[in-house]
Amino acid sequence: MTAAAPARPMRIGLSRDDLAMRAGLVLLALWLILTLALPLWSLLAKGFQDRDGNFVGLANYITYFSTPALVQSALNSLKVSLICTVIVVPIAFTYAYALTRAVLPARWLFQGIALIPIFAPSLLPGLALVYLFGNQGFFKKLFGGEIYGMDGIIVAQVFYCLPHATMILVTALRTADARLYEAADALGATRLRVFLTVTLPGAKYGLISAALVVFTLVITDFGIAKVIGGNFNVLATDVYKQVIGQQNFSMGAVVGMVLLAPAALAFVVDYLVQRKQVALLTARAVPLVPHPSRGRDLALLAFCGTVAFAILAILGMAVWGSLIKYWPYNLSLTLSHYNLAAADASGWGAYFNSIEMALGAAIVGTAVMFVGAWLAEKTRGFGAMRGLVQFLTFLPMAVPGLVLGLGYIFFFNAPGNPLNVLYGTMSILVINTVAHFYTVGHLTSTTALKQIDPEFESVSASLKVPVWRTFGRVTAPICLPAIVDIAIYMFVNAMTTVSAVIFLYSPETKLASVAAVNIEESGATATAAALCVLIVLTSATVKAAHLLADRYLFDRLQAWRRR
Amino acid sequence: MNLFLKRAAVGLAAIAALGFAGSAWAQKTRLTVYTAIENEQLDPFKKAFEADNPNIEIAWVRDSTGVMTARIIAEKDNPRADAIWGLAASSVALFGSMNMLEPYTPAGSAALKPIFRSGKSPETWVGMDAFLAVLCFNTVEAAKGNKAKPTSWADLTKPEYKDSIVMPNPASSGTGYLTVVGWLAAMGEEAGWKYMDALHQNVAQYLHSGSAPCVQAAKGERLMGIGFDMRGASEKTKGAPIDLIVPKEGLGWEMEATAIMKGTKNLDAAKKLADWSASKKANELYGKYYAIVAHPDVKANPPNYPADGEKAMLKLDVEWMAKNRDRILAEWSKRYDGKSAPRAPR
Repeated sequence: MTAAAPARPMRIGLSRDDLAMRAGLVLLALWLILTLALPLWSLLAKGFQDRDGNFVGLANYITYFSTPALVQSALNSLKVSLICTVIVVPIAFTYAYALTRAVLPARWLFQGIALIPIFAPSLLPGLALVYLFGNQGFFKKLFGGEIYGMDGIIVAQVFYCLPHATMILVTALRTADARLYEAADALGATRLRVFLTVTLPGAKYGLISAALVVFTLVITDFGIAKVIGGNFNVLATDVYKQVIGQQNFSMGAVVGMVLLAPAALAFVVDYLVQRKQVALLTARAVPLVPHPSRGRDLALLAFCGTVAFAILAILGMAVWGSLIKYWPYNLSLTLSHYNLAAADASGWGAYFNSIEMALGAAIVGTAVMFVGAWLAEKTRGFGAMRGLVQFLTFLPMAVPGLVLGLGYIFFFNAPGNPLNVLYGTMSILVINTVAHFYTVGHLTSTTALKQIDPEFESVSASLKVPVWRTFGRVTAPICLPAIVDIAIYMFVNAMTTVSAVIFLYSPETKLASVAAVNIEESGATATAAALCVLIVLTSATVKAAHLLADRYLFDRLQAWRRR
Repeated sequence: MNLFLKRAAVGLAAIAALGFAGSAWAQKTRLTVYTAIENEQLDPFKKAFEADNPNIEIAWVRDSTGVMTARIIAEKDNPRADAIWGLAASSVALFGSMNMLEPYTPAGSAALKPIFRSGKSPETWVGMDAFLAVLCFNTVEAAKGNKAKPTSWADLTKPEYKDSIVMPNPASSGTGYLTVVGWLAAMGEEAGWKYMDALHQNVAQYLHSGSAPCVQAAKGERLMGIGFDMRGASEKTKGAPIDLIVPKEGLGWEMEATAIMKGTKNLDAAKKLADWSASKKANELYGKYYAIVAHPDVKANPPNYPADGEKAMLKLDVEWMAKNRDRILAEWSKRYDGKSAPRAPR
């Protein structure tokens, strides 16, 4: 099955393609180890040391688990993450279902709106919720209780996580074999039965991925908990307190390690699911084109309309907030908060740095992630290395940015590390961002790749077509929608990321997202909102360009999907 | 072909040489300075220093005190900063104890008030200005709820202020820690904890930054916030209906300091910065933003500061503060952080 020894000629030897792919896989593993595993370890190892760097074994862990307040945070984190997952996944699934399987008017518009939250720094929902439901909020009475606390975290997290889950589920639902539905129709299966026996199983992998992503996003994010969490302690704010509040890296490392537990779990679940996943899009597959169905379409339209309205309300509040002179005592409108230079010396420079960084992350990230996922999927044999890569790609999802950022300092700034020339450059911000958001890009690629019948490769191989040509001519074009999605995902996340890069920027490479946090802390809430709105507009413009290109350009490349 | 290459090479070399000469002539020393001063101060501080030192260019790296402190400690094995200008003295003193600072006594620093010096010889750091943890009280919200204006810390425990106070969480914020230490110093440990037990009943939320409480009070999100005075004063200047109150029992405080990082490749330029930072001229600049500055002859009078702040500064033992930090934070967290805190239902 695996490598063939020359002594046993009966086995089929490794072809040149196999060797090249294995070499590629080794390179990928090396990249992930250098940009992820080693930096992480250089921080997490401090969990076994005291503050002066002496080895103390498990002493920090014992302290941690015997402090009731800290354990309470772990329970709080679990609770919030579970609630958000249970709320987000069904909403995202219905929304993605409407986008891919129903006939919606202005489908592209709904698709765009669903992505808005991902365009926004996590500061934005926090600020908007304070404007809406805070003690001076416009709709305080509507909300009833205090927005600061668990309820506020949940509302903001649902907003923030929705696009992540929707993106994965759209990919999972987009590729379907119409023949299955035709067969079901011919056999007279009810809608519900078709849904339960064809649609859901087909999207199972996507559903589980989406749930894992939402769960870990919520459990690791401290931006929202910090602004709106009140006295509701969660693990991510505990890391913040230990590292930023007390410079106690040892204890921060312990909490960081505890946060890795969900990643390990996600890895196991993913492995179990993956074994059972079969290709949906076989070489003979016929793409599914949704047919109109009045009742279903109207119901889904109403649903999407409600979700879209809620998203726009939160964004709209932030826009309004950015125009208000001095909230809540002087509600007259002004554009003066958009004069970034007044609030932050690096104002516009930071904005352009962000764009440069985001473009870099989109290009480098997409290339590494897609080719990497392809190598991990299509390389024959070499199970151990594939397993290693698979595990490494799951790590970043569960790592709080704070932990990754500090790990980068310890690893890349070490005097003996030849890579320390990267420290303080734009490159390190790009590398860090690619590593930080690796999981979703990898999952999206894998979801898309899994739906392609391996028969394509077998046929190519038997026709003696080199594997890279099949990749360039067949695999990549089929997956183009997913590839572009990943590029956009990387771009928008690079525009908004804070928690890791806050430790890594230099005077020349300060980013807009970091500036927004600094400005908010200095009390200039409206200016912070203004900068958040600018970031949203930038990403939205990029996305709009993508949608236009999608309609007029990529449509042709995907023409084969239609009959 | 060969000739062309040769000519091209000569041409390139000439251009490179010119470039070199040009840059050497205009060569400025770039000084990487880590700081936590406010955003709006970055530009004026940089310009003022560079005007007097045209051969030096400041490249700021600015973030909140906690982030900068964590970053500097994490970079310990390979420091990237040349100097620190404007970071909490407790953090800078910590770097000193970790042997990360270059000892240097800036010219003219002997003239500064004694508490604004590290006390070592040569000095390891020199203070610039002090800030206080005051009470920011929103008068509009007070009028709405018919709440009296407090004048002392003791007043804050009155039942009428239930759920209307915010303060920084000492586990996340240096300002929070010095506030707590201030109470322990003013009242004694036992009475101090008892006071905080009572105060806890009225605290709506412990926030993660020292600026946030006065900002929340300024925006009417809460009736009052215990926090960083400079933030309160600047919000008031922007139009917030708040009063800055100096409770009569006295205040915890912190100062900002300047220091040189050990191992800097730009030691001379860093020394120039340290000298300038201790000068009277620099103190006049600090005085535009802070009410209390290091130089005794500078009359600082920024708008909207409480007048009696400096006299209310409590005697704080910085070394004691550092040594007892873990113990006090553990006790504080056990009593008030999260659900473990005993608190009357709302």
